[in-house]
Amino acid sequence: MSSGIRPPRFGAGKGQIPSTVSELVKLVQKGEIKAQEILEVSLQTIAESDGEINSFNLVLHEQALEDAKKVDASIAKGGFSGRLAGIPIAIKDNICTRGISTTCSSKILANWKPPYDASVITKLKSEGAIIVGKTNMDEFAMGSSTETSFFGPTKNPWDKERVPGGSSGGSAAAVAAGMVPLAIGSDTGGSIRQPASLCGVVGIKPTYGLVSRYGLVAFASSLDQIGPFASCVDDAALLLDVLAFHDEKDSTSLGRDRYQSGNVNIDVSSLKVGIISNFLPNAAESCHQAVTDAARVLANFGAKVDEVDIKELDYAIAAYYIIAPAEASSNLARFDGVRYGLRVDGADVEEMNIKTRTEGFGVEVKRRIMLGTYALSAGYYDAYYLQAQKIRTLVKDAFNKAYGKYDLLLSPTSPTVAFPLGSKVADPLSMYLSDLYTIPTNLAGHPAISVPYGIGEDDMPVGLQLLGPALSESLLIKVAKMLEENNTDKQDN
Amino acid sequence: MAQDLLNSSKDDALTGFEIVVGLEVHCELLTQTKLFCGCRNNFGDEPNTNICPVCLGLPGSLPVLNKRAVELAMKIGKALNCEILPSSFHRKNYFYPDMPKDFQISQYDQPINANGYLELPDKSKVGVVRAHIEEDTGKSLHIGGSGRIAEASKSLVDYNRAGVPLVEIVSAPEIRSSEQAKAYVQELRYILVATGASDGRMEEGSLRVDANVSVRPVGSKEFGTRCEIKNLNSLRSLTQAIEYEARRQAGLIRDGKKVTQETRHYNEVTNATSSMRSKEEANDYRYFPEPDLVPLVPDASWIEEITSDIQSLLPATKRRNLSSLIGEEYQDQISLLVEIGLDELVLDSVKAGADAKLALNRVINEAAREPEKASRLAVKDFVDLINMESSNKLSATQSKVVLQEMLTSSDHPAEIAKRLGFEQMDQDSLQDNVRGVIEANQAEWGRYLAGDEKVLQFLLGQVMRSTKGRANGKEVMEIIGRLKSN
Repeated sequence: MSSGIRPPRFGAGKGQIPSTVSELVKLVQKGEIKAQEILEVSLQTIAESDGEINSFNLVLHEQALEDAKKVDASIAKGGFSGRLAGIPIAIKDNICTRGISTTCSSKILANWKPPYDASVITKLKSEGAIIVGKTNMDEFAMGSSTETSFFGPTKNPWDKERVPGGSSGGSAAAVAAGMVPLAIGSDTGGSIRQPASLCGVVGIKPTYGLVSRYGLVAFASSLDQIGPFASCVDDAALLLDVLAFHDEKDSTSLGRDRYQSGNVNIDVSSLKVGIISNFLPNAAESCHQAVTDAARVLANFGAKVDEVDIKELDYAIAAYYIIAPAEASSNLARFDGVRYGLRVDGADVEEMNIKTRTEGFGVEVKRRIMLGTYALSAGYYDAYYLQAQKIRTLVKDAFNKAYGKYDLLLSPTSPTVAFPLGSKVADPLSMYLSDLYTIPTNLAGHPAISVPYGIGEDDMPVGLQLLGPALSESLLIKVAKMLEENNTDKQDN
Repeated sequence: MAQDLLNSSKDDALTGFEIVVGLEVHCELLTQTKLFCGCRNNFGDEPNTNICPVCLGLPGSLPVLNKRAVELAMKIGKALNCEILPSSFHRKNYFYPDMPKDFQISQYDQPINANGYLELPDKSKVGVVRAHIEEDTGKSLHIGGSGRIAEASKSLVDYNRAGVPLVEIVSAPEIRSSEQAKAYVQELRYILVATGASDGRMEEGSLRVDANVSVRPVGSKEFGTRCEIKNLNSLRSLTQAIEYEARRQAGLIRDGKKVTQETRHYNEVTNATSSMRSKEEANDYRYFPEPDLVPLVPDASWIEEITSDIQSLLPATKRRNLSSLIGEEYQDQISLLVEIGLDELVLDSVKAGADAKLALNRVINEAAREPEKASRLAVKDFVDLINMESSNKLSATQSKVVLQEMLTSSDHPAEIAKRLGFEQMDQDSLQDNVRGVIEANQAEWGRYLAGDEKVLQFLLGQVMRSTKGRANGKEVMEIIGRLKSN
């Protein structure tokens, strides 16, 4: 088996790019570095690496240059306070960008250009971020390896014979390979955290409702959440702060005032941390080890760390594979060839619908539509969907009970390091198990962060997951940062 | 078969059977914008001009509930004596080209309104099981063939209507005749218009009715197998479809056959229903909670604020108010007055001292022909007119003429009467006039004196003609009576 080599961070060896986004933004705002220069670094790195990695479905050379010029112009004119002024960012290809194709890495949407921007896109633009391109993903975010993409798999930048994880594999890989300092993805059952873990970057799944879903092509609406990727905790926190706002276009959007950004006043020595013990037996040695190491570090700072068995979480994956496909079967019904996207003609409307969907969707998407349709069918609804919803409530209650005792919980993000391309494609169940540790968080609607922690089997990165109650992002960020600073295998800057 | 059923007399075919009907009425709400987006809700605009990512169901779009639609739904609930409840939305999944998301957002097991009833003018009550909020679909236009999808060469879809707010009002199966079904829909329409929830235009599809029809032997407590007849777009279609369908079912049962539970289509041209799909072919809608919307829990003060004035707007209330003032025996006229919106004119006039019966008659017989103009009449002027008539300052004929004038001018009735020369004739000149008529019609006078009472009307008419309507009929009769006994 091949082994991993750490790829260079954004801007390494390419001029005077500081190692964090906040420093970079300051330089841009002071006019000491131009947005165009930063964009040039990004585009150059993409040109060098992405032929092989395939993290982008589309790179926006002209549009990005125009946007960068605008930022530079407004700074030259007398200042621009955008929190992401001139920062290149990659967007998962299931987030709508006006006039720019948004494919969900599916044949059925391969040529679709939305007539509107997702709310997060509008926000990113207003903060001066430069959208560099749309990133590859598992088709409609269904998968854990980015191998179900209609446009072919994305490769892990550490080892191009391995998967980057998924479904937001393109965004994770683009950040890991230093093509962009920031990216956004979506997380329905781990689709930000798992690829972040497998690619050695930071990824945050925010509290459900903290980030607007308006313009995110829905997979499972009650679980989906947009969140940030970055190469360090501070950058991810900065991007989350930009993404967290109340949006009237999303009825499930929370009030911005409920989320405390920035530094929270937390005394680590008074923290109570629970290691989810029932996750550990089936974790790879390195993943288990990362948890043990992190626990030691936290204990050294005075935190109380012990193990907690939350056995309800073991049922989460079964419930998830009812609820997510059920919602998906309904959300994906609209791809019928009538209004947009692929149309394959038929003798009548019904035949046109069937041919379009047969040719337009890949095998994993079809599998989940079938699963979900079945689970919602008359006579099966009570046994499957309703039962799954009860488990969902049990999971939420179990978490909340645990948070009565612990400030946060700790686990590996994924049971293994990045696995070889093709090794799980034929076995959906083993693929589904990659999200064993991340899925419960989505069912509960809680936040979690994946932070790189150590190097595991075959020199591939290991990710640590910190989980907390609703709207505890600031606490998770603070503790993640502490662990990042005490990572035994910290990246040289 | 259709022809046989039409030819058979109603009594023959249905003797021994009772009709059972439950109605589902879809009412488009009179909001400015659609149920889940800011697009205009307006009938008759250019196709596909009132559309946006949300009502087109574009990937990534999300619904946001229209507050005004909820308020109108609550008004309807209150008007139908429903409980207004915490509710939630579900997705009803099925594929159809005019439904942008291939699911409809509707309310399922938690409707906003439940357990109400509708009181008809004849005082009968029909239960209202629920009145829930849902979104409308777009409109398909099938080109070629008969205009139905199966024969069309192509179909066009107008999504202007997609996402228009609807309230679906589901009655209990408590309607027992086509006439009662018609009365129910009429009454419901008045209510929807009166509360401002709907424009009530059936011909524009603002109100659309589905009828669940079954028959059972008279005296039976069990329901028969029902058929649902879709999209009845006029009161005429509604009554005819129910009549046809009931006879068809009765015929089947009489022949020892079974009624199949199915959805049927009513054809206005052939006046017959035909099968659309059987129960087995029916869609499995796979309802599940709409994850993009939060539960709708209106607080008590909001409900109170929105629905406090509803009771006074209801036709049943208006009928009650008027009949307690005028008398139960005028029920039919009062219903008509409420229907055309002139009840308040009568109510206010009687309260202001006008003779009740006279006011009722003048409005029903004269003003009702032009209800819109009549609704603009000043109550005080109308009261003055009625008083002029009841105090014999105007004859009935004059009063009617003056009232017609009042509908087009804002002048006081006294001025109009003066302008028309309708000042009351004095007794002497009236008597001269009557004598003159008798002189000129000696033969008729003779027949009258011989006991032919029918001639009286002729003589009266002649007097009216010679006085140009200025005579008071009652006084003329008295004079004729006096002359006869002399």
